[in-house]
Amino acid sequence: MLAAKVIQEQGIHVEGINFYTGFCVEGHTHAIRRKDRARPKRNNALWVAEQLGIRLHIVDVIEEYKQVLTDPKHGYGANLNPCLDCKIFMVRKAYEWIREHGFDFIITGEVIGQRPKSQRADTLPVVAKESGAGDLLLRPLCAKNLPPTRPEREGWVDREKLYDFSGRTRKPQMALAARFGIRDYAQPAGGCCFLTDPQYSRKLADLWQARGTRAYELDDILLLKVGRHIRPAPHFKLIVGREEGENNFLEGYRKRFLHLRTRSHPGPLVLVDGTPGEADIELAARIAARYSQGRTAPEVEVEVVPREGEPRRLRVPPLPPHELPESWVI
Amino acid sequence: MNAHDLDARHLLCPLPVIRTQDAVKNLAPGAILRVHCTDPGAIHDIPAWCRIHGHEVLDIQQEGRDIRITLRVGSD
Ligand code: SF4
Repeated sequence: MLAAKVIQEQGIHVEGINFYTGFCVEGHTHAIRRKDRARPKRNNALWVAEQLGIRLHIVDVIEEYKQVLTDPKHGYGANLNPCLDCKIFMVRKAYEWIREHGFDFIITGEVIGQRPKSQRADTLPVVAKESGAGDLLLRPLCAKNLPPTRPEREGWVDREKLYDFSGRTRKPQMALAARFGIRDYAQPAGGCCFLTDPQYSRKLADLWQARGTRAYELDDILLLKVGRHIRPAPHFKLIVGREEGENNFLEGYRKRFLHLRTRSHPGPLVLVDGTPGEADIELAARIAARYSQGRTAPEVEVEVVPREGEPRRLRVPPLPPHELPESWVI
Repeated sequence: MNAHDLDARHLLCPLPVIRTQDAVKNLAPGAILRVHCTDPGAIHDIPAWCRIHGHEVLDIQQEGRDIRITLRVGSD
Protein backbone atom coordinates (compact mmCIF):
# COMPACT_ATOMS: atom_id res chain seq x y z
CA MET A 1 0.00 0.00 0.00
CA LEU A 2 2.71 2.46 0.99
CA ALA A 3 4.91 1.55 -1.94
CA ALA A 4 2.05 2.30 -4.31
CA LYS A 5 1.33 5.58 -2.59
CA VAL A 6 4.97 6.67 -2.78
CA ILE A 7 4.95 6.11 -6.54
CA GLN A 8 1.54 7.70 -7.00
CA GLU A 9 2.85 10.77 -5.24
CA GLN A 10 5.31 11.16 -8.08
CA GLY A 11 2.39 11.48 -10.47
CA ILE A 12 2.75 7.98 -11.86
CA HIS A 13 -0.26 5.89 -12.82
CA VAL A 14 -0.35 2.74 -10.66
CA GLU A 15 -2.59 -0.31 -10.87
CA GLY A 16 -2.62 -3.23 -8.47
CA ILE A 17 -2.37 -6.95 -9.08
CA ASN A 18 -3.43 -9.46 -6.51
CA PHE A 19 -2.74 -13.14 -7.02
CA TYR A 20 -5.15 -15.68 -5.63
CA THR A 21 -3.39 -18.93 -4.77
CA GLY A 22 -6.17 -20.53 -2.74
CA PHE A 23 -4.16 -20.10 0.46
CA CYS A 24 -4.69 -16.38 0.86
CA VAL A 25 -6.04 -15.21 4.17
CA GLU A 26 -9.29 -13.87 2.88
CA GLY A 27 -12.66 -12.75 3.98
CA HIS A 28 -14.26 -16.08 3.39
CA THR A 29 -12.70 -17.76 6.40
CA HIS A 30 -14.33 -15.05 8.41
CA ALA A 31 -17.54 -15.71 6.61
CA ILE A 32 -17.29 -19.36 7.58
CA ARG A 33 -16.61 -18.95 11.26
CA ARG A 34 -19.39 -17.27 13.05
CA LYS A 35 -17.37 -15.92 15.90
CA ASP A 36 -15.55 -13.70 13.45
CA ARG A 37 -18.71 -12.16 12.15
CA ALA A 38 -18.10 -8.89 13.86
CA ARG A 39 -15.00 -8.38 11.76
CA PRO A 40 -15.51 -6.73 8.42
CA LYS A 41 -15.74 -9.28 5.66
CA ARG A 42 -13.90 -7.19 3.19
CA ASN A 43 -11.29 -8.28 0.76
CA ASN A 44 -8.19 -6.51 1.92
CA ALA A 45 -6.62 -5.96 -1.49
CA LEU A 46 -9.82 -4.41 -2.85
CA TRP A 47 -10.06 -2.23 0.19
CA VAL A 48 -6.49 -0.99 -0.19
CA ALA A 49 -7.03 -0.30 -3.88
CA GLU A 50 -10.11 1.72 -3.08
CA GLN A 51 -8.22 3.76 -0.49
CA LEU A 52 -5.52 4.49 -3.04
CA GLY A 53 -8.00 5.13 -5.82
CA ILE A 54 -6.33 2.61 -8.10
CA ARG A 55 -7.60 -0.28 -10.13
CA LEU A 56 -6.99 -3.75 -8.85
CA HIS A 57 -6.76 -6.88 -10.94
CA ILE A 58 -7.25 -10.17 -9.14
CA VAL A 59 -5.59 -13.03 -10.93
CA ASP A 60 -6.44 -16.66 -10.37
CA VAL A 61 -3.17 -18.59 -10.10
CA ILE A 62 -4.54 -21.61 -8.26
CA GLU A 63 -3.38 -24.11 -10.88
CA GLU A 64 0.07 -22.66 -11.51
CA TYR A 65 0.72 -22.20 -7.83
CA LYS A 66 0.61 -25.95 -7.23
CA GLN A 67 4.00 -26.31 -8.81
CA VAL A 68 5.42 -23.54 -6.62
CA LEU A 69 4.14 -25.08 -3.43
CA THR A 70 4.81 -28.73 -4.08
CA ASP A 71 8.32 -28.33 -5.42
CA PRO A 72 9.89 -25.06 -4.31
CA LYS A 73 13.41 -24.70 -5.57
CA HIS A 74 14.42 -22.60 -2.58
CA GLY A 75 12.59 -24.69 -0.02
CA TYR A 76 10.14 -23.77 2.69
CA GLY A 77 10.18 -21.24 5.51
CA ALA A 78 9.34 -22.10 9.11
CA ASN A 79 6.19 -23.89 7.93
CA LEU A 80 5.08 -24.99 4.48
CA ASN A 81 5.45 -21.45 3.17
CA PRO A 82 7.63 -21.34 0.06
CA CYS A 83 7.97 -17.56 0.37
CA LEU A 84 10.99 -17.02 -1.84
CA ASP A 85 9.69 -19.16 -4.69
CA CYS A 86 6.29 -17.60 -4.18
CA LYS A 87 7.66 -14.06 -4.58
CA ILE A 88 9.65 -15.04 -7.64
CA PHE A 89 6.54 -16.60 -9.12
CA MET A 90 4.35 -13.58 -8.41
CA VAL A 91 6.85 -11.08 -9.75
CA ARG A 92 7.23 -13.25 -12.84
CA LYS A 93 3.46 -13.23 -13.33
CA ALA A 94 3.38 -9.48 -12.76
CA TYR A 95 6.14 -9.07 -15.32
CA GLU A 96 4.10 -11.04 -17.88
CA TRP A 97 1.12 -8.90 -17.00
CA ILE A 98 2.81 -5.53 -17.48
CA ARG A 99 4.12 -6.60 -20.86
CA GLU A 100 0.66 -7.66 -21.96
CA HIS A 101 -0.94 -4.48 -20.70
CA GLY A 102 1.65 -1.93 -21.70
CA PHE A 103 2.95 -0.94 -18.27
CA ASP A 104 6.57 0.10 -17.72
CA PHE A 105 7.75 -1.37 -14.45
CA ILE A 106 6.78 -3.28 -11.30
CA ILE A 107 6.80 -2.13 -7.70
CA THR A 108 6.53 -4.23 -4.56
CA GLY A 109 6.37 -3.27 -0.91
CA GLU A 110 9.34 -5.38 0.11
CA VAL A 111 11.77 -4.03 2.69
CA ILE A 112 15.26 -5.40 3.23
CA GLY A 113 15.48 -7.56 6.32
CA GLN A 114 11.79 -7.47 7.09
CA ARG A 115 11.15 -11.17 6.64
CA PRO A 116 13.73 -13.72 7.70
CA LYS A 117 14.21 -15.50 4.42
CA SER A 118 12.44 -13.90 1.53
CA GLN A 119 13.39 -10.28 2.13
CA ARG A 120 17.07 -10.49 2.98
CA ALA A 121 19.63 -8.34 1.25
CA ASP A 122 20.86 -11.40 -0.62
CA THR A 123 17.43 -12.70 -1.62
CA LEU A 124 15.95 -9.50 -3.06
CA PRO A 125 18.21 -9.70 -6.12
CA VAL A 126 17.26 -13.38 -6.50
CA VAL A 127 13.62 -12.37 -6.90
CA ALA A 128 14.50 -9.75 -9.52
CA LYS A 129 16.73 -12.13 -11.44
CA GLU A 130 14.78 -15.38 -11.35
CA SER A 131 11.44 -13.73 -12.07
CA GLY A 132 12.87 -12.27 -15.25
CA ALA A 133 11.80 -8.77 -14.22
CA GLY A 134 15.44 -7.78 -13.62
CA ASP A 135 15.89 -4.08 -13.07
CA LEU A 136 12.29 -3.31 -13.93
CA LEU A 137 11.48 -4.36 -10.39
CA LEU A 138 11.51 -1.37 -8.05
CA ARG A 139 11.06 -1.49 -4.26
CA PRO A 140 10.17 2.09 -3.40
CA LEU A 141 10.40 1.55 0.37
CA CYS A 142 14.02 0.40 0.36
CA ALA A 143 15.24 1.52 -3.06
CA LYS A 144 17.91 3.78 -1.61
CA ASN A 145 19.61 0.74 -0.11
CA LEU A 146 19.72 -1.00 -3.47
CA PRO A 147 21.45 -0.24 -6.73
CA PRO A 148 19.39 2.09 -8.98
CA THR A 149 16.92 0.26 -11.17
CA ARG A 150 16.01 1.21 -14.69
CA PRO A 151 12.99 3.35 -13.68
CA GLU A 152 15.39 5.38 -11.52
CA ARG A 153 18.20 5.58 -14.06
CA GLU A 154 15.87 6.64 -16.83
CA GLY A 155 14.27 9.25 -14.63
CA TRP A 156 10.79 7.70 -14.73
CA VAL A 157 10.86 8.01 -10.95
CA ASP A 158 12.82 10.33 -8.74
CA ARG A 159 15.17 8.19 -6.64
CA GLU A 160 15.57 11.00 -4.15
CA LYS A 161 11.92 10.66 -3.20
CA LEU A 162 12.17 6.94 -2.49
CA TYR A 163 13.03 5.43 0.91
CA ASP A 164 15.74 3.51 2.70
CA PHE A 165 13.78 1.42 5.18
CA SER A 166 15.33 -1.75 6.47
CA GLY A 167 14.97 -4.29 9.23
CA ARG A 168 12.04 -5.65 11.10
CA THR A 169 10.85 -2.45 12.71
CA ARG A 170 7.73 -1.03 11.17
CA LYS A 171 8.03 2.37 12.79
CA PRO A 172 9.16 4.25 9.67
CA GLN A 173 6.32 2.69 7.70
CA MET A 174 3.83 3.74 10.34
CA ALA A 175 5.22 7.27 10.29
CA LEU A 176 5.02 7.41 6.51
CA ALA A 177 1.46 6.08 6.59
CA ALA A 178 0.56 8.79 9.07
CA ARG A 179 2.10 11.40 6.80
CA PHE A 180 -0.05 10.18 3.94
CA GLY A 181 -3.06 10.34 6.22
CA ILE A 182 -3.60 6.59 6.06
CA ARG A 183 -5.21 5.75 9.35
CA ASP A 184 -6.17 2.13 9.01
CA TYR A 185 -2.69 0.97 8.08
CA ALA A 186 -2.40 -2.67 8.96
CA GLN A 187 -0.06 -5.05 7.34
CA PRO A 188 0.04 -8.54 8.76
CA ALA A 189 3.45 -9.26 10.26
CA GLY A 190 2.94 -12.99 10.03
CA GLY A 191 2.48 -13.23 6.31
CA CYS A 192 -0.16 -13.08 3.70
CA CYS A 193 -1.27 -16.66 3.54
CA PHE A 194 -2.27 -19.72 5.52
CA LEU A 195 0.96 -21.50 4.68
CA THR A 196 2.74 -19.52 7.40
CA ASP A 197 0.31 -20.90 9.95
CA PRO A 198 1.80 -23.92 11.79
CA GLN A 199 -1.51 -25.61 12.35
CA TYR A 200 -2.56 -25.20 8.75
CA SER A 201 0.79 -26.51 7.53
CA ARG A 202 0.43 -29.54 9.75
CA LYS A 203 -2.91 -30.34 8.18
CA LEU A 204 -1.51 -29.93 4.71
CA ALA A 205 1.49 -32.15 5.50
CA ASP A 206 -0.90 -34.73 6.89
CA LEU A 207 -3.01 -34.63 3.74
CA TRP A 208 0.03 -35.11 1.54
CA GLN A 209 1.29 -37.95 3.67
CA ALA A 210 -2.06 -39.73 3.79
CA ARG A 211 -2.43 -39.50 0.03
CA GLY A 212 1.16 -40.39 -0.74
CA THR A 213 1.34 -37.43 -3.12
CA ARG A 214 1.60 -33.69 -2.88
CA ALA A 215 -1.12 -33.17 -5.44
CA TYR A 216 -4.11 -31.17 -4.21
CA GLU A 217 -7.28 -29.53 -5.45
CA LEU A 218 -8.72 -26.20 -4.42
CA ASP A 219 -11.44 -27.91 -2.38
CA ASP A 220 -8.84 -29.89 -0.43
CA ILE A 221 -7.02 -26.80 0.69
CA LEU A 222 -10.19 -24.85 1.47
CA LEU A 223 -11.40 -27.70 3.66
CA LEU A 224 -8.17 -27.54 5.64
CA LYS A 225 -9.21 -24.10 6.81
CA VAL A 226 -12.39 -25.40 8.36
CA GLY A 227 -13.27 -27.57 11.35
CA ARG A 228 -11.38 -29.92 13.61
CA HIS A 229 -9.40 -32.48 11.67
CA ILE A 230 -9.05 -35.80 13.44
CA ARG A 231 -7.12 -38.73 12.01
CA PRO A 232 -7.58 -41.95 13.99
CA ALA A 233 -5.78 -44.04 11.34
CA PRO A 234 -3.79 -43.40 8.17
CA HIS A 235 -6.65 -44.43 5.89
CA PHE A 236 -9.29 -42.00 7.10
CA LYS A 237 -9.84 -38.69 8.83
CA LEU A 238 -12.81 -36.75 10.13
CA ILE A 239 -13.61 -33.11 9.60
CA VAL A 240 -15.83 -31.95 12.44
CA GLY A 241 -17.65 -28.63 12.17
CA ARG A 242 -16.97 -26.45 15.21
CA GLU A 243 -20.01 -24.28 14.98
CA GLU A 244 -22.92 -23.36 12.78
CA GLY A 245 -20.99 -21.35 10.21
CA GLU A 246 -18.56 -24.20 9.66
CA ASN A 247 -21.35 -26.76 9.53
CA ASN A 248 -23.04 -24.70 6.82
CA PHE A 249 -19.81 -24.57 4.88
CA LEU A 250 -19.27 -28.32 5.24
CA GLU A 251 -22.86 -28.90 4.10
CA GLY A 252 -21.77 -27.82 0.66
CA TYR A 253 -19.34 -30.76 0.54
CA ARG A 254 -21.47 -33.45 2.09
CA LYS A 255 -22.40 -35.15 -1.18
CA ARG A 256 -18.76 -35.87 -1.86
CA PHE A 257 -18.03 -37.55 1.46
CA LEU A 258 -19.48 -40.15 3.69
CA HIS A 259 -20.90 -37.95 6.43
CA LEU A 260 -22.43 -38.20 9.86
CA ARG A 261 -24.87 -36.16 11.83
CA THR A 262 -26.15 -36.68 15.35
CA ARG A 263 -29.91 -37.10 15.39
CA SER A 264 -30.91 -37.52 19.03
CA HIS A 265 -28.99 -34.39 20.06
CA PRO A 266 -27.87 -31.23 18.26
CA GLY A 267 -24.33 -31.71 17.03
CA PRO A 268 -21.82 -31.08 14.30
CA LEU A 269 -21.75 -32.23 10.73
CA VAL A 270 -18.85 -34.65 10.29
CA LEU A 271 -17.27 -35.47 6.94
CA VAL A 272 -15.20 -38.64 6.63
CA ASP A 273 -12.36 -38.48 4.15
CA GLY A 274 -10.60 -41.68 3.07
CA THR A 275 -11.64 -45.32 3.03
CA PRO A 276 -13.06 -46.18 6.44
CA GLY A 277 -14.22 -49.71 7.26
CA GLU A 278 -17.26 -50.61 9.33
CA ALA A 279 -15.45 -50.39 12.68
CA ASP A 280 -14.00 -47.02 11.62
CA ILE A 281 -17.47 -45.69 10.86
CA GLU A 282 -18.62 -46.70 14.30
CA LEU A 283 -15.63 -44.92 15.83
CA ALA A 284 -16.44 -41.87 13.70
CA ALA A 285 -20.01 -41.97 15.04
CA ARG A 286 -18.71 -42.08 18.60
CA ILE A 287 -16.49 -39.08 17.90
CA ALA A 288 -19.41 -37.20 16.32
CA ALA A 289 -21.41 -38.00 19.48
CA ARG A 290 -18.54 -36.76 21.64
CA TYR A 291 -18.75 -33.33 19.98
CA SER A 292 -22.54 -33.17 20.15
CA GLN A 293 -24.67 -31.87 22.97
CA GLY A 294 -25.22 -35.49 23.94
CA ARG A 295 -21.59 -35.91 24.96
CA THR A 296 -22.56 -36.92 28.50
CA ALA A 297 -25.56 -39.04 27.50
CA PRO A 298 -25.19 -42.84 27.63
CA GLU A 299 -26.08 -43.12 23.95
CA VAL A 300 -26.44 -40.86 20.96
CA GLU A 301 -28.21 -41.65 17.71
CA VAL A 302 -26.06 -40.86 14.69
CA GLU A 303 -27.13 -40.87 11.07
CA VAL A 304 -24.55 -42.25 8.67
CA VAL A 305 -24.97 -41.11 5.08
CA PRO A 306 -22.77 -42.91 2.56
CA ARG A 307 -21.75 -41.22 -0.66
CA GLU A 308 -24.03 -43.61 -2.47
CA GLY A 309 -26.80 -45.69 -1.01
CA GLU A 310 -29.24 -45.35 1.82
CA PRO A 311 -28.55 -43.53 5.09
CA ARG A 312 -28.71 -45.59 8.24
CA ARG A 313 -28.70 -44.88 11.95
CA LEU A 314 -26.41 -46.09 14.70
CA ARG A 315 -26.82 -45.81 18.46
CA VAL A 316 -23.43 -45.33 20.06
CA PRO A 317 -21.94 -44.22 23.37
CA PRO A 318 -20.00 -40.96 22.93
CA LEU A 319 -16.25 -41.48 22.92
CA PRO A 320 -14.88 -40.38 26.31
CA PRO A 321 -12.26 -37.60 25.96
CA HIS A 322 -9.44 -39.79 27.31
CA GLU A 323 -10.01 -42.26 24.49
CA LEU A 324 -9.41 -39.56 21.91
CA PRO A 325 -5.64 -39.16 21.98
CA GLU A 326 -4.08 -35.79 21.25
CA SER A 327 -2.10 -37.38 18.47
CA TRP A 328 -5.26 -37.90 16.42
CA VAL A 329 -5.96 -34.19 16.29
CA ILE A 330 -4.12 -32.70 13.37
CA MET B 1 -30.13 -4.83 -24.19
CA ASN B 2 -30.10 -8.40 -22.96
CA ALA B 3 -28.73 -9.09 -19.54
CA HIS B 4 -25.90 -11.59 -19.21
CA ASP B 5 -25.88 -14.10 -16.41
CA LEU B 6 -22.95 -15.37 -14.44
CA ASP B 7 -23.23 -18.33 -12.13
CA ALA B 8 -20.73 -17.95 -9.30
CA ARG B 9 -22.62 -20.00 -6.76
CA HIS B 10 -20.65 -22.13 -4.30
CA LEU B 11 -17.49 -20.20 -5.03
CA LEU B 12 -15.74 -18.50 -2.16
CA CYS B 13 -14.33 -15.01 -2.34
CA PRO B 14 -12.40 -13.81 -4.16
CA LEU B 15 -13.46 -16.26 -6.88
CA PRO B 16 -16.84 -14.59 -7.52
CA VAL B 17 -14.96 -11.31 -8.03
CA ILE B 18 -12.48 -12.98 -10.38
CA ARG B 19 -15.30 -14.55 -12.39
CA THR B 20 -17.11 -11.20 -12.54
CA GLN B 21 -13.92 -9.50 -13.70
CA ASP B 22 -13.43 -12.11 -16.43
CA ALA B 23 -17.05 -11.83 -17.56
CA VAL B 24 -16.95 -8.04 -17.70
CA LYS B 25 -13.80 -8.15 -19.80
CA ASN B 26 -15.83 -9.62 -22.64
CA LEU B 27 -18.76 -7.24 -22.36
CA ALA B 28 -19.35 -3.90 -24.05
CA PRO B 29 -19.89 -0.70 -22.04
CA GLY B 30 -23.52 -0.44 -20.98
CA ALA B 31 -24.05 -4.20 -20.90
CA ILE B 32 -25.91 -5.60 -17.92
CA LEU B 33 -24.46 -8.50 -15.96
CA ARG B 34 -26.33 -10.44 -13.31
CA VAL B 35 -24.06 -12.32 -10.93
CA HIS B 36 -25.55 -15.13 -8.93
CA CYS B 37 -23.47 -16.13 -5.92
CA THR B 38 -23.66 -17.60 -2.44
CA ASP B 39 -20.64 -16.26 -0.55
CA PRO B 40 -21.84 -13.36 1.61
CA GLY B 41 -18.42 -11.74 1.16
CA ALA B 42 -19.42 -11.02 -2.43
CA ILE B 43 -21.94 -8.44 -1.22
CA HIS B 44 -19.00 -6.28 -0.21
CA ASP B 45 -16.37 -7.38 -2.67
CA ILE B 46 -18.23 -7.16 -5.98
CA PRO B 47 -19.54 -3.62 -5.35
CA ALA B 48 -16.04 -2.58 -4.15
CA TRP B 49 -14.56 -4.03 -7.32
CA CYS B 50 -17.21 -2.18 -9.37
CA ARG B 51 -16.45 1.15 -7.70
CA ILE B 52 -12.75 0.76 -8.43
CA HIS B 53 -13.32 -0.06 -12.08
CA GLY B 54 -16.14 2.35 -12.74
CA HIS B 55 -19.01 -0.11 -13.17
CA GLU B 56 -22.38 0.64 -11.70
CA VAL B 57 -24.16 -1.69 -9.27
CA LEU B 58 -27.86 -1.47 -10.12
CA ASP B 59 -29.31 -3.90 -7.67
CA ILE B 60 -28.44 -6.36 -4.90
CA GLN B 61 -30.97 -8.99 -3.90
CA GLN B 62 -30.49 -11.47 -1.13
CA GLU B 63 -32.79 -14.37 -0.46
CA GLY B 64 -31.49 -16.80 2.12
CA ARG B 65 -28.08 -17.79 0.89
CA ASP B 66 -28.75 -16.70 -2.68
CA ILE B 67 -27.30 -13.39 -3.69
CA ARG B 68 -27.92 -11.68 -7.02
CA ILE B 69 -25.96 -8.62 -7.96
CA THR B 70 -26.85 -6.71 -11.10
CA LEU B 71 -24.33 -4.35 -12.59
CA ARG B 72 -23.90 -2.17 -15.63
CA VAL B 73 -20.53 -2.23 -17.33
CA GLY B 74 -18.89 1.18 -17.36
CA SER B 75 -17.08 2.76 -20.27
CA ASP B 76 -13.39 1.89 -20.70
S1 SF4 C 1 3.33 -15.76 3.11
FE1 SF4 C 1 3.17 -14.56 1.22
S2 SF4 C 1 5.15 -14.85 0.21
FE2 SF4 C 1 4.97 -16.45 1.75
S3 SF4 C 1 4.10 -18.19 0.67
FE3 SF4 C 1 2.39 -17.07 1.56
S4 SF4 C 1 1.71 -15.67 -0.07
FE4 SF4 C 1 3.76 -16.38 -0.61
